[in-house]
Amino acid sequence: MATEVLDEPELDHDAREATWTLNFGPQHPATHTTLRLVLELDGERIVKATPDIGYLHSGFEKLGEHLNFNQYVTIVDRKNYISPPMNEVAWHNAVETLLDVELTPRCQYIRVIIGELARISDHLLCTGAAALDLGAFTAFLFAFNLREQIYDVYEEMSGYRFHPGYTRVGGVLYDFNDRVLDRIRGVLKSFENVYGDMEKLLFKNRIFLDRLRGVGVLSKADAIACSCTGPIARASGVTNDLRKDQPYLAYPEFDFEVPYAVEGDCWARFAVRMEEMRQSSRILKQAIEKLPSGPVNAPIAEKFPLPDKATTYNSMEGLIQHFELIMPNRGVETPRDEVYAAIESPNGELGYYLVSDGSQTAWRVRTRPPSFVHFSVFPKVIKNHLLADIVAVLGSLSIIAAELDR
Amino acid sequence: MNTATTDHDATLRTLTDILGEGGFTTSSFRGNLRLRPPTARLIEMLKALRDRCGFNLLSEVGGVDYLGYPGRSGTRFEVHYVLRNLATLEMVIVKAGVDDPDPTLPTATDLWPGANWMEREVFDMYGIRFEGHPDLRRILMPQEFAAYPLRKDYPLRGRGERHNFPRLTRGES
Repeated sequence: MATEVLDEPELDHDAREATWTLNFGPQHPATHTTLRLVLELDGERIVKATPDIGYLHSGFEKLGEHLNFNQYVTIVDRKNYISPPMNEVAWHNAVETLLDVELTPRCQYIRVIIGELARISDHLLCTGAAALDLGAFTAFLFAFNLREQIYDVYEEMSGYRFHPGYTRVGGVLYDFNDRVLDRIRGVLKSFENVYGDMEKLLFKNRIFLDRLRGVGVLSKADAIACSCTGPIARASGVTNDLRKDQPYLAYPEFDFEVPYAVEGDCWARFAVRMEEMRQSSRILKQAIEKLPSGPVNAPIAEKFPLPDKATTYNSMEGLIQHFELIMPNRGVETPRDEVYAAIESPNGELGYYLVSDGSQTAWRVRTRPPSFVHFSVFPKVIKNHLLADIVAVLGSLSIIAAELDR
Repeated sequence: MNTATTDHDATLRTLTDILGEGGFTTSSFRGNLRLRPPTARLIEMLKALRDRCGFNLLSEVGGVDYLGYPGRSGTRFEVHYVLRNLATLEMVIVKAGVDDPDPTLPTATDLWPGANWMEREVFDMYGIRFEGHPDLRRILMPQEFAAYPLRKDYPLRGRGERHNFPRLTRGES
């Protein structure tokens, strides 16, 4: 049988003549970002997919060796630009682990809040765009509308909508005020409605389900062997979540669950993300209710946090420290050592391997990018599916090219 | 602050059984346990960690160039492997040193397929070759790129690759 011949992983010469090659991307509306696939097809069935990445490589890691710990926050924002605050939390988590700075309870809560908002925002885009690619345009509009409200929160808290650049070593740029909290309450209220709408539109949508179920299956063993983390691993039956496994910030104080599925297909990844959004909204509700009062930035006795304007202009210690931190080569010493610190980002483990040479600029900033790792399993999960399934699988893996290529 | 498991006694005991007393050195900083095996025994150690100690997830592989690092006496490059045990939630970092010229390490792709792209990136950025790697090509930089951009002797603004890039005008194409 001819079909049996084509099922062989290594095609022989005759069979190879039956296949044809299709170039997908780097500019293609369904990739959403800049990535390229070279597909070897038998009719519409994918025999082999070869990803070709690097079109968006911008040398972010090299820049990290030339910008100081506070300046680099503007660059990490631009890695996963779908959830910038989560990148900031991850970056300064690594810096603070290196410097051993203890955050104030209020700052820990604020970082949890911005991180969970980012998680909702990221999952809304991922699930919404997955629906869009498969023809369910309405759900995408509901999701995107809520994302605008989350951007309103970013704007209120930092002054910037898209790349807030909000965290600082030992604290944040500005403290939360009542308007920020009101806006977050507004987001949470709308979230209930949007989730309900998406549920009604998608969860029983026959076409949507048929396009996702059994497509792009990743087994649990493969997920672990291929270094997958986050919702992609959890959709395959791995139950780990760094928020529970190595609790950072104020996460142990919140009551939330880690959803997982065992099917490992696109539907499981979609469902896990939808449920994670609900858990995030639970965390947000608790965090807003329990938000501690008190100072937001670590005290200047900690040596590394940048003092705020009031402290700088009104106290001698603040002025001296501001000068020491802002002027280059003023002798503020960081430990000459290296750390790896990771957090649970919307897409999985987002870690930084940070090497310091004693100055305030990192010697080496290595990002552990979840998108990069997850895209490497794409050829494995897409094999033997149809050309049209590419958008379903790409959407469910949530590949962000800026983070993929850095 | 990370408060990951810091109890590594069982792991260290198993590793000492396999690699022998003094078969590797350890250091620790902010709860990160780092293991440095001799390069020749790197794969042996990774295999022992995976099969005997239960470190089933290779979280991350990355390189560092220490050229000109203050007070540095070791090798120029180091490659780190961050391993996680998903059952006990233990995390260790294995560091392998490698030096100029022709830095070469054995590949970990036989143990974890996930190492494939991460090792390719290390090769792309530092020129460290991974012996036995099934597909060691550049991954982020173009194939014809001549330098290794994350090496410390490569300047931030490049060597004019972008400036001197041949451009075709519409008339010439």
